[in-house]
Amino acid sequence: MKLIFEKSIPGRRCTILPPCDVPAAELPEALRRGSAPALPEVSETDVSRHYTQLCQQVHGVNCGFYPLGSCTMKYNPRIDEEMSSLFTGVHPLAPAHSKEGCQEVLDTAKKYLCEISGMDDMTFQPAAGAHGEFTGVLLIRQYHDARGDKTRNKIIVPDSAHGTNPATAAMCGYEVVNIDSAPDGCVDLEKLKAVLGPDTAGLMLTNPNTVGLFDQNILEITRLVHEAGGLCYYDGANLNAVMGVARPGDMGFDCTHMNLHKTFATPHGGGGPGAGAVGCKAFLAPYLPHSALMEGPGHLQVRSFGGNFLVVVRALTYLLTLGAEGIPEAAQNAVLNANYLMKALSGTYTPAYDRLCMHEFVLDLSDLKKETGVSALDVAKSLIDCGIHPPTMYFPMIVHEALMLEPTETESRETLDEAAAALRKLYAMAHEDAERMHTAPHSAPIGRPDEVKAARHPVLRYKAP
Amino acid sequence: MLYPDDRMYSKSHEWVKTEGETAVIGISDYAQDALGDVVFVNLPGEGDEVAMGEAFGDVESVKAVSDLISPVSGTVSAVNEELLDAPENLNKDPYGSWILKVENPTDTEELLSAADYEAFCASEG
Amino acid sequence: MGSYVPSAPAQRQEMLQALGLSSWRELYRDVPPDMYLDGPLHLPHGMSELEVNRAMSAMAAKNRVYATVLRGAGAYDDYIPAIVKYIPAKEEFLTAYTPYQAEMSQGLLQSIFEYQTMICELTGMDVSNASVYDGASAAAEAAAMCRDRKRRLTLISGAAHPDVINTVRTYCYGTGDELRVVPVKDGRTDPEALAAMLDGETASFYVQQPNFYGLWEDAEALGRAVHEAGALFVMGCHPISLGIAKTPADCGADIAVGEGQPLGLPLGDGGPYLGFMACREKLMRKLPGRIVGETTDDAGRRAYVLSLQAREQHIRREKASSNICSNEALCALTAGLYLTVMGPEGLAEAARQSMAKAHYLAGALCALPGVEMAYGGPYFHEFVTRLPRREDVLCALGQADILGGLPVGEDGLLWCVTETVSKAQLDRAAAIVKEVLAK
Repeated sequence: MKLIFEKSIPGRRCTILPPCDVPAAELPEALRRGSAPALPEVSETDVSRHYTQLCQQVHGVNCGFYPLGSCTMKYNPRIDEEMSSLFTGVHPLAPAHSKEGCQEVLDTAKKYLCEISGMDDMTFQPAAGAHGEFTGVLLIRQYHDARGDKTRNKIIVPDSAHGTNPATAAMCGYEVVNIDSAPDGCVDLEKLKAVLGPDTAGLMLTNPNTVGLFDQNILEITRLVHEAGGLCYYDGANLNAVMGVARPGDMGFDCTHMNLHKTFATPHGGGGPGAGAVGCKAFLAPYLPHSALMEGPGHLQVRSFGGNFLVVVRALTYLLTLGAEGIPEAAQNAVLNANYLMKALSGTYTPAYDRLCMHEFVLDLSDLKKETGVSALDVAKSLIDCGIHPPTMYFPMIVHEALMLEPTETESRETLDEAAAALRKLYAMAHEDAERMHTAPHSAPIGRPDEVKAARHPVLRYKAP
Repeated sequence: MLYPDDRMYSKSHEWVKTEGETAVIGISDYAQDALGDVVFVNLPGEGDEVAMGEAFGDVESVKAVSDLISPVSGTVSAVNEELLDAPENLNKDPYGSWILKVENPTDTEELLSAADYEAFCASEG
Repeated sequence: MGSYVPSAPAQRQEMLQALGLSSWRELYRDVPPDMYLDGPLHLPHGMSELEVNRAMSAMAAKNRVYATVLRGAGAYDDYIPAIVKYIPAKEEFLTAYTPYQAEMSQGLLQSIFEYQTMICELTGMDVSNASVYDGASAAAEAAAMCRDRKRRLTLISGAAHPDVINTVRTYCYGTGDELRVVPVKDGRTDPEALAAMLDGETASFYVQQPNFYGLWEDAEALGRAVHEAGALFVMGCHPISLGIAKTPADCGADIAVGEGQPLGLPLGDGGPYLGFMACREKLMRKLPGRIVGETTDDAGRRAYVLSLQAREQHIRREKASSNICSNEALCALTAGLYLTVMGPEGLAEAARQSMAKAHYLAGALCALPGVEMAYGGPYFHEFVTRLPRREDVLCALGQADILGGLPVGEDGLLWCVTETVSKAQLDRAAAIVKEVLAK
């Protein structure tokens, strides 16, 4: 496929603006650009066709099954998009009396999400999950700083945690203490006790954890951290398993982020925008971020203005739709679907943990690799030829040759049956035609890209010859 | 797997060749094999202090980063900037591609001979 | 009750039974009784689509969308062509995940590669990333890029957007690094104050161009002073202005960042917006966030892939310089699309017209008794006037469906005019201000 620059013809243009109806103003010579930027020169027909071609080489969850573990790729309802379009024209700095509708959106979303998470207050300023983690751990930092406690310089993170957790702790000036998970995939209480102390600022945890298991010791875990004087942060990435069924606030967590673009069905957009709403108990509310321009000095802030407001609109539309009964129904069926799919596969593949899972489960393909040489990567790439987006590969790091599947509640049993059949077929193919799987995919626009070459000799922009 | 005996080795898989008062340091064949295709090397700066057993830089492959652990203590007198443009040299010629030079190195007691290092690698499995 | 769960209750029971379970409680048997919610959430019932539509529309109806917007200050009412609204709404782009599986995502990866190229063209830099959250967090990430073992101090112009300054302050608080704000003189960065503050520990200096008050800074001179002190120079720029203004690269910047919202994103009460970051090649491996690179596949075809991932959190974990994972990908696609539709001529025209119309309004306002420009010197499309009774002025403008300038300082209004505002609207606004001040 050609790049848009390769379709550019000098002098071609779209006619968007009328001639200027006021006298020109002159930009002093010293401030002027040397030469025009080499942006494409194309007609609207060219634009439309180019993006149509691009779009044919993209796959979204609204287009097909997308069982990416830890990403909660659930169907993105169209009504959410339409409602979002009703709020596009509001300037963030318009006077409060002129945007009471926006305030009502935020207040209502806060009410719903506080009830779901068991928190007392909330901010919508963070623009993504990791941004929310940063905000949440900053609450912990500010809390200890306000108490004059400078000895607490460590954050505890299980080795199964998503990479954003330790990276966030480092951004907040903390040393990361990694604790090895127990053989059952959950937090090892003895290891936790061994690292807790007067230097503990807090713990970052997700429950269910990254292997899809609910940690039954959660109350003991948070109690131990609190006893040591630390606070507990809940990574809300896996909330889809328990929303409306159990609340982080009841598990002993002091603050949490939620991924509106996962649990609350706002579209992923190819990598963003999301929103990482952060909820906290009342004692941490004074430390929530606020825009200096809008609300005056005195608070931290993690981005300009109030946050990704239009994403909150989509999430609220979804929450209003589901309501008190629909919220737990979504979680229950997410867990049901995951267990159903895991059972359909466990005659063939090996689940990493032989027990009831939550909303996602991990398959361990190391035996398959030993027997046939076919790796988790090969299976994933071969799924592309079946028209199914591959599951998450090689995460979390505590399982080898891992494939993590999260079907979500918006998939039908028929879709799950088809996916299971496709995966079983690939298992058989691994024994019969491993070579074909090593070189998959075969039906995609490209084969496996040379990532080594990309990293050794980076070409990160187009340059006209 | 190659273990040339014209140099010493560390348990963190670096080799050390002495040239007068200077230790020339690189990574072993075992190391480059375990790392896979090297795409980038983060080098220390000239004049930096390195300490035995501590990281002085790292090596990136496509999907992982591995610390380079210093086998000796001392001051960095030179770094091999060719590796910035040709990191693949570490894979192609690990014993010919030095990474850094340390002058007046100390803490050299734990370095292994080629034979001992080979035995160590065999035990690592 | 609204639901997106396809299966009927009977089917769900069958699936439960196939697992050897008889109830939802059994499915959650690992959840201890003292936290299992066996009653409903204290929330309203769910709604059908029609009811949700009514509820959300009722909320939207409580907002005022002004017919004429004369306020900027970090959020700009530039014209969004119809096709720029339409294409990002296509479900493939809208509902895709991050393109980790390159073979299935070439369309998305290519659109980001095109965006990166365009940001490089606008800023004159060598490399751009695939976006960060907004201009303020981009400034904070840029400051982090510049720090090393010896140089940790961040300097920022006091004439930058207050939210940018506060965001950089927040990120500095996180890592325990010092931030100092360079004083402002006559609306611009005070070069003497900057020179006095630069030292051997300074990692970087950030200036906004044009600055928060709309004024053009003497970026090149500031940059020279920064480099003389051995520090790095970061410029936060307005992307529409780059259609006609000197590039940050030509001003000597090492890193160029900014708020990409004017490139086709609606005001949306503050977001989602778009942080762009571009830098010289020597700083490439310090750029945070995702970057798309070009390579070939096993058949030699051109292919795009997320590259240089060893910089990122999922590989470096606590050694990553940034925790960023999700970014503003769809907004970046939108920005690339906007720049494609506008082209070099269209972008320059939007910039020229914004500037011309702002100067026209400034002239009309300053012709009124009691109204004067707060600062002298060249400006782009925003300016500050001092005037009496600004609340009355804003109120009268509001009644005429005009959002007037932002109150700043004791008696200032920070106005903004974009290419969307017509001469007639500007004349009307000036007439209303005249009327108020004549009373």
